[in-house]
Amino acid sequence: MNLVLSKTDSGRAVSNVFVKANGRLPGAGSVADIRARAFEAYKRAGLPHRRIEEWKYTDLRVLMHHVLPLAPQPDAAALARARAAVAQAAVEKRAVEGAAKLVLVDGVFSPNLSDIAELGQSVNVRTLREVLDDPANEGRGDLLLTTTTDAVISLNAAMVTDGVVITVTDGTELCRPIQIVHVATTSSASSFTRSHLRLGKGVQAAVVESFVAVEGARNHQANDAVIVSVGEAANLDHLHVMVGGADATNISSGFFVLEASAKLKLFSMNCGGAVSRYQAFITLAGEGSELSANGINLVRDKQHGDTTLIVDHVVPHCTSRANFRAAVDDRGHSVFQGRIIVRPDAQKTDGRMMTRALLLSDEAEADNKPELDICADDVTCGHGAASGALDEALLFYLRARGLSEKEAQALLIQAFLGEAIEEIADRTLREFAILQAERWLGARG
Amino acid sequence: MALLEVKDLQVRVEDREILHGLSLTVNPGEVHAIMGPNGSGKSTLSHVIAGKPGYEVTGGQILFRGEDLLEMAPDERAAKGVFLAFQYPVEIPGVATMNFLRTALNAQRKARGESEYSTPDFLKKVREVSKSLNIPQDMLKRGVNVGFSGGEKKRNEILQMALFEPSLCILDEMDSGLDIDALRIAADGVNALRSPERAMVVITHYQRLLNYIVPDFVHVMAKGSVVKTGGKELALELEGSGYAQFEHAA
Ligand SMILES: Nc1ncnc2c1ncn2[C@@H]1O[C@H](COP(=O)(O)OP(=O)(O)O)[C@@H](O)[C@H]1O
Ligand SMILES: [Mg+2]
Repeated sequence: MNLVLSKTDSGRAVSNVFVKANGRLPGAGSVADIRARAFEAYKRAGLPHRRIEEWKYTDLRVLMHHVLPLAPQPDAAALARARAAVAQAAVEKRAVEGAAKLVLVDGVFSPNLSDIAELGQSVNVRTLREVLDDPANEGRGDLLLTTTTDAVISLNAAMVTDGVVITVTDGTELCRPIQIVHVATTSSASSFTRSHLRLGKGVQAAVVESFVAVEGARNHQANDAVIVSVGEAANLDHLHVMVGGADATNISSGFFVLEASAKLKLFSMNCGGAVSRYQAFITLAGEGSELSANGINLVRDKQHGDTTLIVDHVVPHCTSRANFRAAVDDRGHSVFQGRIIVRPDAQKTDGRMMTRALLLSDEAEADNKPELDICADDVTCGHGAASGALDEALLFYLRARGLSEKEAQALLIQAFLGEAIEEIADRTLREFAILQAERWLGARG
Repeated sequence: MALLEVKDLQVRVEDREILHGLSLTVNPGEVHAIMGPNGSGKSTLSHVIAGKPGYEVTGGQILFRGEDLLEMAPDERAAKGVFLAFQYPVEIPGVATMNFLRTALNAQRKARGESEYSTPDFLKKVREVSKSLNIPQDMLKRGVNVGFSGGEKKRNEILQMALFEPSLCILDEMDSGLDIDALRIAADGVNALRSPERAMVVITHYQRLLNYIVPDFVHVMAKGSVVKTGGKELALELEGSGYAQFEHAA
């Protein structure tokens, strides 16, 4: 009974949200049709709940209740607050040093806060709105399509207001990371963004996506999707960082397709937000491509942090490695779900997936569920999961050497997380991740 | 004043009494050997002195320079100068040895109200001590004890002892797993630390170690208490006769 009620409620609320937002959404003609269909698909399903396998541990009907109204188009005051927040993040080292920033405020790209000019000739940046609104682009509704039927992604396609569409030409070696910064300035509102990143052959790039809320912006919901293609022999270091407000909800989806001999180093870092879900869908589509996916999930209070990783081996001779770690304090809940899919043609696949959770309080909770789905016979695949408390013997050894309880714990937690963090190849990104983790540890009560 | 006084100590683990009223007094400058068969409670005694959780002290007391040691957290005891070289040093992956040494040394100094070591002073000190113990520099870059051989782990314990300069050193089976050369190097390291202010409690199963670290007193432990105390000649006596006589007596 309750379930039916809540579905109807959230369905109605969202219908209103879509109708109200419609005038602000980019794209006409076939683009608008795709949106409407996406919205219908979302409405049929509603927010994902525990009986949807992929959302078993992250029941958005319980955690999110409903979708909040779309954040208004940012006015001058909102942009000023966003600018201050971006500057503050740099001062407090919550932004990656030296990155070229592309800033979206309440779901709308802000050219004045962004560093497009610094990216140079070989990087083309347009806004998603621009591309969808361009009459010449009537057919670019494909930018709103993905291969999944996930309701949150349908909702993203229906409601998306903006994003960046980045193309990097063949052979380019970017000398600085690109950082897509999402800033929330309003309370009790939602934003929907979608970005595309196309890296040509042999490109070397580092990309960061991060989410921040300005002081006083409470209860914000972000639904973001990033669609990335990593060209032949290209190399991408990709970092997804959720450090946002303590009451924020963040649903982020990443889609990555790797061409032959491409290398992706993906790192997801969650150390903020009341509810966060990062779901990455990686397709190893070209022979010899390699994935190294790692991440840390730091949750405390009553935070809920979910990392979901689907690694799809489509062709032979590809390698995937995944190593995820969670530190869960207070009454926090961490979730890791992962799957390595090996398609019938993907012989000689070498895939491994490990997940470990550190429970730092009696009430902390962790769900770890790595899986294999193998349809080829000549493969090497493995997975493992573990959760537990800090090792008492190690703690005692450190304390017997003079470290206080907190110091000993911090050193061991740092070491535990470090084994994932050290996989980040780009030094700037790695140091950034270390700093965020240290900060989280430093704030332990 | 005595450095360490263990008085009528009774200790339980999981409802089983392991130490049944053990007493031991150690004065500054003295070297005491505790010998006894496996399972007689030697490690239990060392753990209780260092403050390891999981032991229930049901009677007696432990005083360190007259202060109640049992009231102190393990890190407080370390800062006051109690050092236990573990029988089985743990491996701590992801914590670089150098970082660990510095963090521990500075934590102890801070607790004593002393200033932190400067980086050059610290490095100089580590280099000196590790050289004398034949510890290669690359070992210090690895995780604490990770991938160390048994002998390397023991030498790493002595390195810490030399670095922290404790006033009470308890060495739990420092000789186990060491060949004769490694034993000599480790024993030289320990002997170099002997001083009129510092006392040592050397726990061992075998008399062999005591040829290198010559004790002032030898205590025989069996079934959770000290059953005999004597001079260094007691160790030799045991070498001949073994522990069987005491096991029956206890
Ligand atoms: N954690 C523990 N749980 C249960 N029994 C223990 C524990 N630690 C030690 N014991 C028991 O206490 C006795 C003394 O052990 P120990 O102090 O290690 O002896 P020793 O070091 O002299 O070999 C043994 O019988 C051992 O089985
Ligand atoms: Mg023992």
